[in-house]
Amino acid sequence: MIFTGRIHKFGDHVDTDVIIPATLLSNTDPQVLGRGCFSEVFPGFADRVKPGDLIFAGENFGCGSSREHAPIAIKGAGIACVVAASFSRIFYRSAINIGLPIAICPAAVAQAEAGAEASADLTAGKITVAGKSYSIPAFPPELIAILDSGGLVPFMEMRLKRERQSGTPR
Amino acid sequence: MPSTIAQKVLARAAGKKHVAVGEIVTTRVDLAMANDFTTPLALKQFHAAGASKVFDPDKICVMAGRHMPFRDIQLATAVEGLRIFCEQQGIKHFYANCEGMDHALAPELGLIRPGMLIMNADSHACTAGALGAFSIPMGSTDIAYVFAFGESWLLVPPTIRVRYTGKPGPYVTSKDFILATLKELGVDGARYKAIEFCGDALAHLDQDERFTIANMAIEMGAKTGVMEPDEKTEAYVRARTQSGYDVVRSDPDAEFEATLDIDVGSLTPLVAKPFLPSNVVPAREVRGTKVTQVNIGTCTNGRMIDLEQAAQVLRGNKVAKGVRLMITPATASVYRDAVKSGLVEVFIDAGATVNPPGCGPCAGIHMGALSATDVCVATHNRNFRGRMGHRDAQIYLAGTYVAAATAVAGAIVDPQEVLQ
Repeated sequence: MIFTGRIHKFGDHVDTDVIIPATLLSNTDPQVLGRGCFSEVFPGFADRVKPGDLIFAGENFGCGSSREHAPIAIKGAGIACVVAASFSRIFYRSAINIGLPIAICPAAVAQAEAGAEASADLTAGKITVAGKSYSIPAFPPELIAILDSGGLVPFMEMRLKRERQSGTPR
Repeated sequence: MPSTIAQKVLARAAGKKHVAVGEIVTTRVDLAMANDFTTPLALKQFHAAGASKVFDPDKICVMAGRHMPFRDIQLATAVEGLRIFCEQQGIKHFYANCEGMDHALAPELGLIRPGMLIMNADSHACTAGALGAFSIPMGSTDIAYVFAFGESWLLVPPTIRVRYTGKPGPYVTSKDFILATLKELGVDGARYKAIEFCGDALAHLDQDERFTIANMAIEMGAKTGVMEPDEKTEAYVRARTQSGYDVVRSDPDAEFEATLDIDVGSLTPLVAKPFLPSNVVPAREVRGTKVTQVNIGTCTNGRMIDLEQAAQVLRGNKVAKGVRLMITPATASVYRDAVKSGLVEVFIDAGATVNPPGCGPCAGIHMGALSATDVCVATHNRNFRGRMGHRDAQIYLAGTYVAAATAVAGAIVDPQEVLQ
């Protein structure tokens, strides 16, 4: 899992109301949500994203409402990976569950400049900004199992198949 | 081993004698919940994974009462899909006929009891903590997994203890307790941690007032907030359900990561300025700020006690010219009680509008979205940029007395300065 792209920079406490306004929540289509991503507060964001770009953000990214539409909208807009100094708890879980790669790396965020190129190598645990690399902590095993399956839905699918094969009553 | 409420509930749900802070455990849920906006996505994921049956229809609750009557075709269609799913699965706890919004309705119906482990696809799941339940917000896909298997992995969080002492002065409410806490902890001061609210000042609060405090634990990034039940809690629960429960308390020698003491006797009515709920100052510091809209209601402050406080201020008064005052009872039973006790008449006479039960304009969806030039005082829990409509709309959070007194004055006031 290596992602290389241009940086879109955000500050601290970017909340999910800003990421995707509640008026758009009746929809769950990633393409539609992607077009609405940051549309109220940073109009034109979706047009500025080239598929594969990265978000670099400060502390507590994704705070506020639990809407899972937020990581889906970011992914739908074409963002390959979000690197933040820290994430809100619900957003962190949800991003992994829907298959949006994320990384915690305050040192890299501090050096990140909007429009510059950066890369995130989640396999090696390395974020590279302005020619300098920073290592990131490993995911807990429970999360690796979900990421390895490609998200929580395929993980569920495998568990259901396994249970059907072994005849576990459901 | 001494344990906090968080450790005890999670240990029981994981089938273990003890769990340590930082441990990741697989826990069985006592109740799984979701609402109008988060259930459709949960069901999409449930079906995408090939699941066909929920783990236990009696332990699932779907409450689609946030934005009734429906705003648009999409929402109406989505909720009809939920009705069909619940019927097929035999889920009896399905509410989609204007009964009210989930965080107020579920406790009213006796679905929330002390010591329960609840997983809920909504960030304000923590509201249930006011009854001593450990109620954890999650995303829709997490809840899809819980619907299928009745379990999920959880990190055992450290607990921050917030202790309220002293006797609050006039017009200082539980909203001021929690705003004062937000000022201290900030919007991420409890990130990935549990908050245990305690202290003798809580004993003086009605159960309705306690929900306001637990409701805003998430505003500090907490995994959840919880209060130790007392006689008032148990009286509230027993009046609503025959089901048994076990009260869970932290051991006296349990380890807390930190303790924050707040003397509520020293507080004056507070507001949170735009655009963070932690941007808290005394109301008098922003007195005179002209407003165009005032909202009273939501899962934070939409219960009978709030409407009584609002009526206390509005009785015999008029909403100022150029101000819209919207009052939204959180549930149908609050609405009914407000009508029967004459509060609605007070509101209408004062020039307010009473919305149907639900979330009202809190998330900017309908029933009072804001324009670029609007300035709003709301009893809600969030004042993020764009939350209630236009990105430039100014949102101030406050308790009910401040909100009602502001509606009458047409500008932010401290009720201690203007009311007798």
